[in-house]
Amino acid sequence: MLTLVVRRVVRLVVVLTGVTLVTFAILHVSGDPVALMMPEAPESDRAVLRQNMGFNDPLPVQFVRFVGNTVRGNFGNSFFHREPALPLVVARLPTTLLLTLFAMGLALAISVPVGILSAVRRNSLFDHASTLVVFFGTSMPVFWTGIMLILLFAVQLRVLPVSGWESWAALVLPTFTLATFSTPLLLRIVRSSMLEVINLDYVRTARAKGVSEWFIICRHALINAALPLVTVAGLQFGLLLGGAIITETVFAIPGTGRLIVGAIRQLDFPIVQAGVFILALIVVLVNFAVDMLYVYLNPQIRVR
Amino acid sequence: MSVGTLAPPLNVPAGAERTDERSRVWRKFVRNPAALAGAVILMLVVGAAIFAPWIAPHEPARQSLIRRFTPPVWQDQGKSAHILGTDQVGRDILSRIIHGARISLLVGVAAVVVSLTVGVTLGLLSGFLQGRTDTVIMTVVDVWLSFPQLLLALAFVAALGPSVITIIVVLGLTGWERYTRVVRAEVLALREKEFVEAARGLGSSSTRIVVRHLLPNTFSSIIVMSTLQVAQAILQEAALSFLGVGSGTAYPTWGQMISLGRDFVSVAWWLPTFPGLAILLTVLAINLVGDRLRDALDPRVQ
Repeated sequence: MLTLVVRRVVRLVVVLTGVTLVTFAILHVSGDPVALMMPEAPESDRAVLRQNMGFNDPLPVQFVRFVGNTVRGNFGNSFFHREPALPLVVARLPTTLLLTLFAMGLALAISVPVGILSAVRRNSLFDHASTLVVFFGTSMPVFWTGIMLILLFAVQLRVLPVSGWESWAALVLPTFTLATFSTPLLLRIVRSSMLEVINLDYVRTARAKGVSEWFIICRHALINAALPLVTVAGLQFGLLLGGAIITETVFAIPGTGRLIVGAIRQLDFPIVQAGVFILALIVVLVNFAVDMLYVYLNPQIRVR
Repeated sequence: MSVGTLAPPLNVPAGAERTDERSRVWRKFVRNPAALAGAVILMLVVGAAIFAPWIAPHEPARQSLIRRFTPPVWQDQGKSAHILGTDQVGRDILSRIIHGARISLLVGVAAVVVSLTVGVTLGLLSGFLQGRTDTVIMTVVDVWLSFPQLLLALAFVAALGPSVITIIVVLGLTGWERYTRVVRAEVLALREKEFVEAARGLGSSSTRIVVRHLLPNTFSSIIVMSTLQVAQAILQEAALSFLGVGSGTAYPTWGQMISLGRDFVSVAWWLPTFPGLAILLTVLAINLVGDRLRDALDPRVQ
């Protein structure tokens, strides 16, 4: 098991290097980063900047320097805010993470019971209805769902605020919007992994012993169905962060996503790079934690 | 190694089995009303995209300030000339939605072609060569999975400058890893099968084994995955245009219509509503068809 942990840590480092490389590539993929930063400046000014920022060095040299700066948390100054990019990103991170975690919690709170019930009462009206909802849920663009919720609850019924992040009421619509994004996928996973275990021998044995049906479902089936759910929930985290970017834009929430989207419109690349890197770092760390949890939850790996 | 299992049954003509298989898949497909409805909607959307200039009642870009914010026809001030109403500068919503189908479908299908080409190739290499190649490719997959896909697409489209081609390439290159994982897993299972061993025994080259024996056996998963990926790509394209890094042209797209409509949601609900419904219906139709295809093509579900 220790070698497994070591191997995972090595992979973590390799993946993080890869993440840094992709972040580096954002600025260099166009061929001339300076033209991107100052589209209207004359060529003479560009040449000076190119020299000052070291863009004339060979790419590998620049990459090594970029890695060094990244490790020290230095992504350069935001062109627009005129202060270091990383603190700007980090300061808005709690908002984004809060939104993501709320949405994840709501999505799990809906998908686990509904998924179980769908699996237990397979082919019932309830099961068909939830399948239908899954289809609609996966087919709706998140931002549109958000706008429709605004239309209904803020414009028509006037019970919730249109946008912002100041009150608890303001959290309701964004959380719900983002949850509609991942609930269908999680629900599908819960249902199918429950279906897989629900007819296995040990569940039948428990039933034969006369254990109550709900105890069987919760104690025997759900524990085993939880494995795929944990993996998928980890992978979902990245998707949810992507969805959070859109949700923040729809509801004008002052989080990292909205900062990055604004920075992209202003071609403020230090912020874009810092933001992309930090969000990817979070996803990597969450998945690493999930991996470890998986090792802990799965006796087959734990024993080895 | 048993070669006996490989010989075709003697009294069955060569093509018959395949035709049977195909008609079975087709029968399974049409028996499902939801999938049939999906197929019909999809055909309507494709038709709208192809014949947009001839069937759209108005020029999608024609503005008319006296007609702006005309509500849909069933509301009080609605006009029969603008069934779904007009936007903030008096452009006909229905015509813009019909034209918008072009960008959505084009980007959706083209991006999937890019993902598929890259992803399947890497998956075949990874699964067949194994060893170091496999490690490298799977590490790249891990790195790719670490980024919120939309965020990566957003950053690269911004860096490369918005255009339809950029969006296709970037969405294509952010979505390939799913193909790689699935194809790799299938190849790993298939390469130990007797028919591959037989081909190798008969002296087939590696390339021939991969192209003639392994690749065709992954087709049904690839087809199913691609249908569902087209739906995803359409949603992603809409999200990119919503966030303001769209095609970079004045040509209407559904995401851009919703984005502009968001600002007027309190005075003209129809502005963001109808383009969103167009996305919902299109993506739903593709998902229904794709899901049914999976049931019909996947032997495990039978």
